[in-house]
Amino acid sequence: MTAVTKTSVPAARGPMVEAWGIFRRSPSAMLGLALLAVVILMTFAGPFLYGVDPFEIVWAPLTPPGQEAAIPLGTDNLGRDILAGLIEGGSATLAVGFAAALITMLIGVMVGAYAGFYGGVVDDVLMRFTEFFQVLPPLLFAMVVVTLFQPTLVNVALAIGIVSWPQTARLTRSEFRRIRTLEYVSAMRAIGAGDSNIIWRVILPNALPPLIVSATLTIGMAILFEAGLSFLGLSDPNVMSWGLMIGSGREYLLDAWWVVTLPGAMIFLTVLGVSLVGDGLNDAFNPRLRER
Amino acid sequence: MTQPVLDIRNLKVDFMTRRGVAHVLDDVSFTVAPGELLAIVGESGCGKSMTALSVLGLVPTPPGKVVGGSILFQGRDLAQLRRSDMRKIRGGDIAMIFQEPMTSLNPVFTCGEQIAEAVRLHQNVSPGAAHARAVEMLRAVGIPEPELRANAYPHQLSGGMRQRVMIAMALSCQPRLLIADEPTTALDVTVQAQIFSLLDELRHKTGTAIVLITHDMGAVAEMADKVAVMYAGRIIEQGPADAVLDSPGHPYTRGLLASIPRVYADPDADLPEIPGIVPALTDLGRGCAFEPRCPLAINACHAAQPRHVAMSANHSAACIRLKTGEVLA
Amino acid sequence: MYQRITKQLLYAVSLILAVLVLNFLLIQLAPGDPAEVIAGEMGGANAEVMAAIRAQYGLDKPLLTQLGLYLGHALQGDLGTSYFYNRPVVELILSRLGPTLLLVATALGFALIVGTRLGMLASRNPRGIASALVTVLSLIGYSAPVFWTGLMLVILFGATIPLFPIAGMIDVVKQGGPLVRALDIAHHLVLPALTLGLVYLAQYSRLTRASMLEVLGADYIRTARAKGVSERQVFNRHAFRNALLPVVTVAGMQFGAIISGAVLVETVFSWPGLGTLAFQSILARDYPTVLGILFFSTLIVIIANLLTDFVSRLLDPRLAGGR
Repeated sequence: MTAVTKTSVPAARGPMVEAWGIFRRSPSAMLGLALLAVVILMTFAGPFLYGVDPFEIVWAPLTPPGQEAAIPLGTDNLGRDILAGLIEGGSATLAVGFAAALITMLIGVMVGAYAGFYGGVVDDVLMRFTEFFQVLPPLLFAMVVVTLFQPTLVNVALAIGIVSWPQTARLTRSEFRRIRTLEYVSAMRAIGAGDSNIIWRVILPNALPPLIVSATLTIGMAILFEAGLSFLGLSDPNVMSWGLMIGSGREYLLDAWWVVTLPGAMIFLTVLGVSLVGDGLNDAFNPRLRER
Repeated sequence: MTQPVLDIRNLKVDFMTRRGVAHVLDDVSFTVAPGELLAIVGESGCGKSMTALSVLGLVPTPPGKVVGGSILFQGRDLAQLRRSDMRKIRGGDIAMIFQEPMTSLNPVFTCGEQIAEAVRLHQNVSPGAAHARAVEMLRAVGIPEPELRANAYPHQLSGGMRQRVMIAMALSCQPRLLIADEPTTALDVTVQAQIFSLLDELRHKTGTAIVLITHDMGAVAEMADKVAVMYAGRIIEQGPADAVLDSPGHPYTRGLLASIPRVYADPDADLPEIPGIVPALTDLGRGCAFEPRCPLAINACHAAQPRHVAMSANHSAACIRLKTGEVLA
Repeated sequence: MYQRITKQLLYAVSLILAVLVLNFLLIQLAPGDPAEVIAGEMGGANAEVMAAIRAQYGLDKPLLTQLGLYLGHALQGDLGTSYFYNRPVVELILSRLGPTLLLVATALGFALIVGTRLGMLASRNPRGIASALVTVLSLIGYSAPVFWTGLMLVILFGATIPLFPIAGMIDVVKQGGPLVRALDIAHHLVLPALTLGLVYLAQYSRLTRASMLEVLGADYIRTARAKGVSERQVFNRHAFRNALLPVVTVAGMQFGAIISGAVLVETVFSWPGLGTLAFQSILARDYPTVLGILFFSTLIVIIANLLTDFVSRLLDPRLAGGR
């Protein structure tokens, strides 16, 4: 069965290579990739190069950036090092962002694939379920979940995933509905391939391009979401994150702009990087649209 | 001879593409007299539709551009007209109907509104009078219950009905010239015949000249006064319909005519008799564009663009084998 | 026609019931005693109150009976009592609903009107200044956290150019008639509405541009040109209405996200709406209020979806005919 699958599925590698070719030539996509590389490098290599504990009080509170050589980006309202916070805060934000995007994709693709493939009653039931989740205001629902079940990183990621999957499900469903009528799928059916084989090994690989784009944009959305929750004080208070820095610094906004502005700028640049990459991927997978 | 309604001389249209300049229309010349029906035939992509769009000044610019020649309509050169003057002619003196009735009407307005809009654009009448005119036109094109249909949205009508609405809209301002760009391609065979006979009937009633773009050689044989055959942006043969159909000069025309009996059998089949495909317009050689597919090609065909050779009064074809008489054999 | 409306209303009602069931499940699933959840950890959790709650919600009875009781209360307009504010939840929420609706409607209106105009302008010249503006705006709108944008505006208008108030909805010191009051509220509304609106302005302008570019290539646009419609009318009459459809659909689908954004924006600008209430209730662990807000905001989304559906049908006769 596996052997048959491999020969019948249109090669997925060709378009991927071609897409990378287009992607590489897009300046904005490469800028996005560079932004992401810088953020990731800073997050993972930063702690080794700049070994300051972000929770430790190192200087007078609200020291502006550039005043003390030892604390290049100043201190927050408790006298903690902002630069250390930026470095340390990235990993929580990125980890939650990626984990939430993964959960979103898992639920969304699963629901969308079955709804799109089977149609009929299965589709009706799954889509009603999806529509129900779509009318829940995502942030409020996540707030409720996190409040009721304690704001640990895992819960935050789960909450974001639970509120974000409907869009992915809809996209997956429409792709599956389109692809399931194509000839090579009928051919697979004719030779007796099982449903799950067709769903995961035949249709899914061919539905990947838009799903990859959607996954990328979901990461950006999840990062914004995590930031929003921590801004509201609904993230793990024992883990430094950019949103937390903004949330705890906002009362000092008018006296110390840097406390809020700098972590916000980090979130902005990260999500900008993700969305530029997402746009670039979208263009790369749909070269026809670009000529417009 | 009366003054022609439309007199196109040496029209040239270029398209800038990624692969270079494409001569979409090259040295196209023809005339249409009042009440006359000229059929332009040829395969897809040979420049038929572009000819139609040039007449209305609707060549998409960029990437396209009219680079030479003149389009004389009732003696005025359309290529030189100001935009606002051109707009008065569009839909007024020259009207056009398109290939895709399913998508050529705006889905958010009723059929009556769309016809009335055309009327109001060119005639100084009240909205009520324009609506009445729309209903009258719908009746004229054979739509049952026109009062009711005027309030229908396009999606509520069948393809054939929509094409009738398009024709009603095109004729609502009594144009001197109607350009019909493959008006029946998207329709059922029986409906095709109805639309053609409607066009023919309206032409005789109103004296409107028609340029019919088609690859339905059967319809050409039935209705056309004159025929122009296009290939790769050029007219390669033209003349009175009888002459061209009975004694085609160009090998390409012969290929097209060989497809007549098949048209009704399979309207989607695109001239299976002629092997090969229309060449890309960006890499035409110096010679005859049809040469790669031509059963009669000789070395000399590579050398230069063949000139038109007169075969009889008003009938000419652009093929060098014609001159030597071999083609006629 | 009536059949369709009935069907839609029934569907809306079923969604509302589902939200209530979800609320009930959340209370049950939350760690700890449901009575404690209902009382709120920081509410006066004395024995008397707890006993009253247990009796009211039948917490010693089987789960289904509890659900029935909960739904029964809810459908009578009783979503519990906030022990933190010492007021019925519904009353509390209704007193905060107005400011939130005002903020959301203003932001949405601003985003729709300016966004679609900008998108249309951009579609005239895909390489022009307006197009570049749309691209930059949409990148910022998508990538910048909305609360951060708000805080940046606070720095700008609170410290640098003090043109607009940066907190609250009404200036208590100001005295005057209704007009003065309305102007005062409008003045306070500028920054929150701008902050929330910018996100969606960015999205709608980008969507309008893409949708206009697609519509402008449609056959019926060629037909309009061929019958002598001026370029201006081609844009404003023939293309725009068709291009607006996807924008309206997306705007409707995003309503939940807009409410979520409003929560953050209200928190930033201390706008006295549901968002600040949600923020305060969560800090106070006032669960009945939090769940009540979740219910009401879902209700708003459901109503907004019904309205969107109605507007889409007005715009597109193909939808109006059903099927």
